[in-house]
Amino acid sequence: MNGINAHLPALQVVVPMLTAAFVVLLQPRGLAWAAATAASLMSFLIAVQLTLAVAGGATLTYAMGSWPAPYGIALEIDSFSALLLLVITGASTLALIGGKASLESQMQSDRQPYYFSAWLLALAGLCGIVVAGDAFNIFVFMEISSLASYILIAGGPDKRALPAVFKYLIMGTIGATFYLIGVGLIYMMTGTLNLHDMEVLIANVSDQRPILAAAGFITVGLALKAAVFPLHVWLPNAYTYAPHMATAFLAACATKVSLYVLLRFDFFVFQGNLDGHAFQFTAYLMPLAILGIVIGSAVALFEQNVKRLFAFSSVAQIGYIMLGASFVSILGLTAGIVHIFNHALAKGGIFLALGAFALSAKSLRIDDIAGVAKRMPWTFAAFVIAGLSLIGIPGTAGFISKWYLINAALEHGSLGIALIVVILLSSLMAVVYVWRVVEAAAFGEPATAAPIAKIQPAAFIALWTVAILNIVFGLAPDLPVSLATDASNILLGHLR
Amino acid sequence: MSVENLILMALVVPLAGALGIGLAGRYLGPNARETVTFVTAGLLAATVWQIVPLVYNGERPGLVLAEILPGIEIAFRIEPLGMMFAALASSLWIVNSIYSVGYMRGNNERNQTRFYVMFAVSLAAAIGIAFAGNLITLFLFYEALTLATYPLVAHKGDKATVRSARIYLGVLLSTSIGLLLPAIIWTYSVAGTGDFVLGGILDGKLEGAAVGLLLGLFVFGIGKAAVMPVHRWLPAAMVAPTPVSALLHAVAVVKAGVFTVTKVIVYIFGIDFLFAEPSSSWLVYAASFTIIAASIVALRQKNLKRLLAYSTIAQLSYVVMAAAILKPLAEIGAAIHMLAHAFGKITLFFAAGAIYVAAKKTELPQLAGIGRRMPITMTAFTIGALSMIGVPPTAGFVSKWYILAGAFEADNYVALFTIIASTVLNAAYFLPIIYAVWFVKESEGGPDHGEAPWPAVLALSITAALTILFFLFNGPAIALERQVVEALS
Repeated sequence: MNGINAHLPALQVVVPMLTAAFVVLLQPRGLAWAAATAASLMSFLIAVQLTLAVAGGATLTYAMGSWPAPYGIALEIDSFSALLLLVITGASTLALIGGKASLESQMQSDRQPYYFSAWLLALAGLCGIVVAGDAFNIFVFMEISSLASYILIAGGPDKRALPAVFKYLIMGTIGATFYLIGVGLIYMMTGTLNLHDMEVLIANVSDQRPILAAAGFITVGLALKAAVFPLHVWLPNAYTYAPHMATAFLAACATKVSLYVLLRFDFFVFQGNLDGHAFQFTAYLMPLAILGIVIGSAVALFEQNVKRLFAFSSVAQIGYIMLGASFVSILGLTAGIVHIFNHALAKGGIFLALGAFALSAKSLRIDDIAGVAKRMPWTFAAFVIAGLSLIGIPGTAGFISKWYLINAALEHGSLGIALIVVILLSSLMAVVYVWRVVEAAAFGEPATAAPIAKIQPAAFIALWTVAILNIVFGLAPDLPVSLATDASNILLGHLR
Repeated sequence: MSVENLILMALVVPLAGALGIGLAGRYLGPNARETVTFVTAGLLAATVWQIVPLVYNGERPGLVLAEILPGIEIAFRIEPLGMMFAALASSLWIVNSIYSVGYMRGNNERNQTRFYVMFAVSLAAAIGIAFAGNLITLFLFYEALTLATYPLVAHKGDKATVRSARIYLGVLLSTSIGLLLPAIIWTYSVAGTGDFVLGGILDGKLEGAAVGLLLGLFVFGIGKAAVMPVHRWLPAAMVAPTPVSALLHAVAVVKAGVFTVTKVIVYIFGIDFLFAEPSSSWLVYAASFTIIAASIVALRQKNLKRLLAYSTIAQLSYVVMAAAILKPLAEIGAAIHMLAHAFGKITLFFAAGAIYVAAKKTELPQLAGIGRRMPITMTAFTIGALSMIGVPPTAGFVSKWYILAGAFEADNYVALFTIIASTVLNAAYFLPIIYAVWFVKESEGGPDHGEAPWPAVLALSITAALTILFFLFNGPAIALERQVVEALS
């Protein structure tokens, strides 16, 4: 690539970050939103370009300021990063388009420019984590995205968001600190921050205690940020009380970015070099994934607040991704990575629909959304499609993940059979919790006269785009599957 | 038109029809909406019947629509079993639509547009099941059928209905996700394919107890076949408006279930492979238990539609048992029984609905003497009931004949005993009703009424006539199904 195209990896971060700075100045009505959406859309187009560039398993390296790694800052993009970039920028764009009306109802317009600025910073941070090729820049971008997302969550009218975000802040900071301690220890032993250098240099010191401690710190810290069970406790309340459009954005991609870093670190640096590190997956992450799947789904069964219900479902879905990865096989990793994509589609669609429901319901408790389907039939239909995808009904994107996950489990003999039982059981629980909402919305009698609101055209378009994509990627899942397969090949390639 | 286009048409016509029905219902009013329904049903039947002669002459037309994942295709291939199922469902849809108009208007039901839209979508799913060329395609449409029929079952929308609809969806989805999906994935992983191939794809890939286990996952995973203990959804589904019970829960949905079981036995396992494998022999016992148990439960029912539901459960297991006898004649019997039972049972449901529209009666004791007021309806009812028992000259006799012949061929005394016992039980619960309807005097003070609206009466007359005509003219159907077993030997 040449010309401007050569700088796309840097622009992926720079575009939203610079826009964030001047969005604050755009006070007139709607302008800030328009600028943010334009920047987000541009990021998405950049992500598409990058995806095309790395299709087929290529890796794109970019040296910031032409300083070669390991001295300068290296950005690195492969199929795995490309998939994440598509998810992040796509979710951000669709949430911005689809969530505008819901934000209008939740926030005065003079505060909105600040909110969109924080939004773009979060977007820049998340993209930065994904494109960064060295451990320290990952940390920097992680902090940017975290600080911005605290604002995104706390910015709404719901005061309960404040304690929720405080909890998230404390836990998120602990997670980030753990990660930084780990990176520091590795730097102390190897003298490098670049992941590729680290992979080579760590081999000489892999039996040293600081390295083992670093592996522990990094894994736990990132697991905390990724809300891997039992470190998920910050997530449900944060998602529940955040403004609806922020929930749609963050639920689709935020935790997955931390999972991405976790997998990258584990496979690039630790797994191939540290003796007995494979143990970490079979003995720790797999059981935690299973517990997350079962407990997350079980709690969702009894939750009364619909947003909390789907937040707990997210805990279970993160478990699916971890479970797939912990097989350490092509099929397993493909299942996990493709589920990053598919779950974003399903959950993003669900939260977009819930944001629209909130316009014509008193609150998002199950009793309050009774009968909402009659007032918003099209929104409801899109919600059902996304819900079916979450369950994993054939013909939707969710089915593809489940198919790969079960096939991956089949390679593991009798343990695999037990895992299949867990996966299917949790799918059945998903049927139950999705259908509780569907039934209430379709057949419940509204208790009081609820406000009548029609869904905005923009929200309608965004929501139905997601709903249709859920079906498209269920019937023609070529793009996510090939990206995920290439990504697993790259990850496994580092194991030698 | 090329046969590939015909296959596509058969899937697209009902879906496009659903869209048209929705728009017509919204903007043009009920008459236009019903016109679209009839046009759609007519077009679909015309399309399907154009494929029939090809399949009859030995062609097995197919079409690959898309490849989802490597080796996993959305593909269609039409063989005699599916051809018959599709022809049956699409033809009876016309009759059922006539009936629906009479019933839904006669009862002043709400949400009629949604009703007709979802009906068309359900038919599209049923056609997809019939034409499916591999397990994944079949599974896709199987789940679609479950979901499309849910709003029809929950049509009334009150608390009790929603609760029943929950059982309906819960049983069907949990069996299909919990058992059928693993069975399908297991099949793909051992055989490397899920294509329906005559003679099966599992021979040499699986042996011993695993065969019986996989068969179990399939049979109980296909909850629509209602083999006990996964039958609870069918009585629950009776809360739906009667046209739904008639076409979907006597024909399309339940036949999709037993059709899938038969198809899996013939085209995935292969009957010779299963016959040689002792671990699969439990299926005959499970099916005969269901037949006897459901018949006994039916004896004790006081509500007409619930009685018919339990009778359906028993009759469905006839098909499963016939398929499980694993002999050519019995397989023909299984296929023919899908047809024969469909004609008889849809007549019975039509009659039950007609009684409800005309007299608002649903319980058996209320029916005494109603034959005088509704002679046409009750004549049709009698014909349907006789077909359930298997008395000539009705359709039920033909299929029972073949199943019995197959049971003799296999020396399967369990099946023989079951058929005899269930015939007695069928007679025991249908004959008293027929007697009461015609010969007991009506109780005083009931509503004064005549026949139901004419479309309903017309529809049930047609299906009653079909029940008798099938006894006389069953040659082509049997010849078509014979191709399945002849190609084997």
